[in-house]
Amino acid sequence: MSDLEAFRSETRAWLEENCPATMRSGVGESLTSGEGDICWGGRKFQFKSEDQKLWLERMGSRGWTVPTWPTEYGGGGLSKDEAKILQEELRRIKAKPALVSFGIWMLGPALLKFGTHEQKLEHLPKIARGEIRWCQGYSEPNAGSDLASLATKAEDKGDHYIVNGQKVWTSYADQADWIFCLVRTNPDDKHNGISFVLFDMESEGVSTKPIQLISGYSPFCETFFDNVTVSKTNLVGEENKGWTIAKYLLTHERTGISDMGMPAPLNSLAVEKLGTIDGELEDKMLRHQIAEHEIDAASFVFTMERAKDEAKAGGDMGAFSSMLKGYGTEINKARHELIVKVNGSDAFEWEGQFSNNGEIARSWLRTKANSIEGGTTEVQLNIIAKRILDLPA
Amino acid sequence: MAMILNEEQQLLKESAEGFFNEKAPISQLRQLRDDKDETGYSKELWTEMSEMGFAGLLVDEDHGGTGFGVMGAGIVAEAMGRTLSASPYFASSIVGASLIKMAGNDTQKSTLLPAIAAGETIVTLAVDETSTHNPERTSVKATSAEGGYVLNGMKTFVPEGHVADQIIVLARTSGDAGDANGLSLFLVDRRAAGVIADRTVMSDSRNWAKITLEGVKVSAENLLGEEGAAMKALGPVLDKANIILASELLGIAQECLDRTVAYLQERKQFGVLIGSFQGLQHRAAQLFSEIEVTRSAVMKAQQMAEMGGDVSWFASLAKAKASKTAELATNEAIQMHGGIGMTDEFDIGFFIKRARVAQTLYGGFNYHADRFARTSGY
Ligand SMILES: Cc1cc2nc3c(=O)[nH]c(=O)nc-3n(C[C@H](O)[C@H](O)[C@H](O)COP(=O)(O)OP(=O)(O)OC[C@H]3O[C@@H](n4cnc5c(N)ncnc54)[C@H](O)[C@@H]3O)c2cc1C
Repeated sequence: MSDLEAFRSETRAWLEENCPATMRSGVGESLTSGEGDICWGGRKFQFKSEDQKLWLERMGSRGWTVPTWPTEYGGGGLSKDEAKILQEELRRIKAKPALVSFGIWMLGPALLKFGTHEQKLEHLPKIARGEIRWCQGYSEPNAGSDLASLATKAEDKGDHYIVNGQKVWTSYADQADWIFCLVRTNPDDKHNGISFVLFDMESEGVSTKPIQLISGYSPFCETFFDNVTVSKTNLVGEENKGWTIAKYLLTHERTGISDMGMPAPLNSLAVEKLGTIDGELEDKMLRHQIAEHEIDAASFVFTMERAKDEAKAGGDMGAFSSMLKGYGTEINKARHELIVKVNGSDAFEWEGQFSNNGEIARSWLRTKANSIEGGTTEVQLNIIAKRILDLPA
Repeated sequence: MAMILNEEQQLLKESAEGFFNEKAPISQLRQLRDDKDETGYSKELWTEMSEMGFAGLLVDEDHGGTGFGVMGAGIVAEAMGRTLSASPYFASSIVGASLIKMAGNDTQKSTLLPAIAAGETIVTLAVDETSTHNPERTSVKATSAEGGYVLNGMKTFVPEGHVADQIIVLARTSGDAGDANGLSLFLVDRRAAGVIADRTVMSDSRNWAKITLEGVKVSAENLLGEEGAAMKALGPVLDKANIILASELLGIAQECLDRTVAYLQERKQFGVLIGSFQGLQHRAAQLFSEIEVTRSAVMKAQQMAEMGGDVSWFASLAKAKASKTAELATNEAIQMHGGIGMTDEFDIGFFIKRARVAQTLYGGFNYHADRFARTSGY
């Protein structure tokens, strides 16, 4: 038996023993909508069940929440091939993710690349075990798509900074423990005057105010900083060189947002809900729309697979992540439009049994943010035009 | 199988692109068109292609081919899409060879496959009878006669039909138009008595023909595969053919994008390069995205076909997606070129004319989206 085969059978046995039965019902639509029954971890997190807690502890203790990170930083230390096997085995038993977090898919990769050894030792294991939940302090009221216009100021006070300003659209700021934040350390240079800092959301002078979304969820906040003290040990990379880190992190964010996996086929939903005549959906127009969509969606899933294979072979993802982000999020929105069409009037029930208390409508509305958060579709198209197609400014 | 080209495939891609760029640029197709060339392809090019091994990509080494498989054949087709080179490659090396491999007996294989791989014999398939693809609706009749059959009827949209040596004719030995059963394949010599091949002049300046069969006598040895069970071989071969057409359409789309981007980088209006206008940047970026996604669909289908088994779902997915994207790419290319895009003198217009024909051959977007839905269970 090859090493990989041995790894697979050990993994399978371990999962068999350690993944609680209630954690084996798949992710469902709620993951694509970003809400619902997800384990986010963190100091304030209320576990939905004892099993959810157990599942996180077990996966976290093996470092399998972040399988490829080095073991010294709380990771699983797996090779890419082993990590792929782990993922396949998790998918095989329809395991729910033990932990979903901005720490894992955004901050972690940035710290691994740009952080000091001390910073990695301090923060990465806590991310891996779901102990500290992070939020992203990038956007400001006047710095959205034009992120480099941010104004939140960090004054140099020797061994620390004093931070003043306001962030907006900070997802889960009210539930997060720490924030990774872009601040201005030089007012005279737009891109080379930004620094990347980390601090505790319980620091003196940090406050948050929830904002409600059209979906009825309230996942994000206005975030205010009033003379917040941030130690310089929490500066990642060099002062004024935070833009590089910010961009690196954004490519991870974008790849993450676009990775919807192979969602349950729309057609089985439609067949279940609407029935068929001679094996074909009765609503011919809807059948056509679904087919057209599923062809695009499957092609996109193959594209994610190809991008991963290319990355594995050493290719540089670079601006290609913008294409994945733009296309993937538009596909996801289109998919939810179709889910709504298939469900007819039931889809719009805000409360009630046909819609699982409005889950269909709320998910549908939530997907509208997919093409805004992490950089809008228009901004992704700008990036493709300039960085890939080399079109003039 | 990883979704990346291996070293051998990468080399094939480079050599194919270099070859067609040098030996068969669009000017060659233009020349063939303007000269109203009788064959519609350059015999010299076809000989060189055969020497390069392109004609035998799907023929195994025992029969004189290179056995490169569907991925290799797709890579070459994509390169041909980029320069619109005209040759019997698709008709003979893809469709002809695959059908003989699938359905042929030992004698048919050992006589025809080496000749196809060497580019000496051109074999094509005559399947459609009306302007829309629908093999089941075949009504060309094959009636038993002593020692063989007699064929009567008409076929249309036959690639290389007027230059092929052998035409594989789909005909009905029993049942009625609409039945999937009762269809049989016959090898018919184009020069046989009663075969009338009328060359049609098409928008893509390529070779096509209408074939009329008037009491054409063929012997029992000319039956290809089992009588009445043609779809068993034809189905998988048409899947393969559609994957190769999708590869060609991908090449066309990619070339349209590349040429358009180059134009956006050099054409000035309002005192600036038009490529600096966001309205155009976004459309180019969207087209780029569609092409990348199409590339994945095509590559996936090629790989699945290489692995064997039923690939109808993947083939229809790839052909549908490639048809949609080629349509977008060719339309956008003309629009973004402005007036010059509409002129015959400029090459971009050749792509739309070829793309639509390749899209339509063996079923366009609607046909394949419908088939995709059916194979998906709705
Ligand atoms: C659900 C959700 C969660 C979020 N979470 C976070 C978070 O955790 N942390 C964080 O920092 N931010 C977060 N964001 C903010 C997000 O990154 C911004 O909303 C986004 O970058 C767009 O900025 P904006 O909202 O200011 O829109 P604007 O930049 O004002 O854009 C308005 C419109 O103008 C278009 N536009 C702007 N500039 C251009 C241009 N150059 N070319 C073409 N079109 C252009 C946009 O595409 C858009 O259509 C979140 C947003 C949402 C919706």
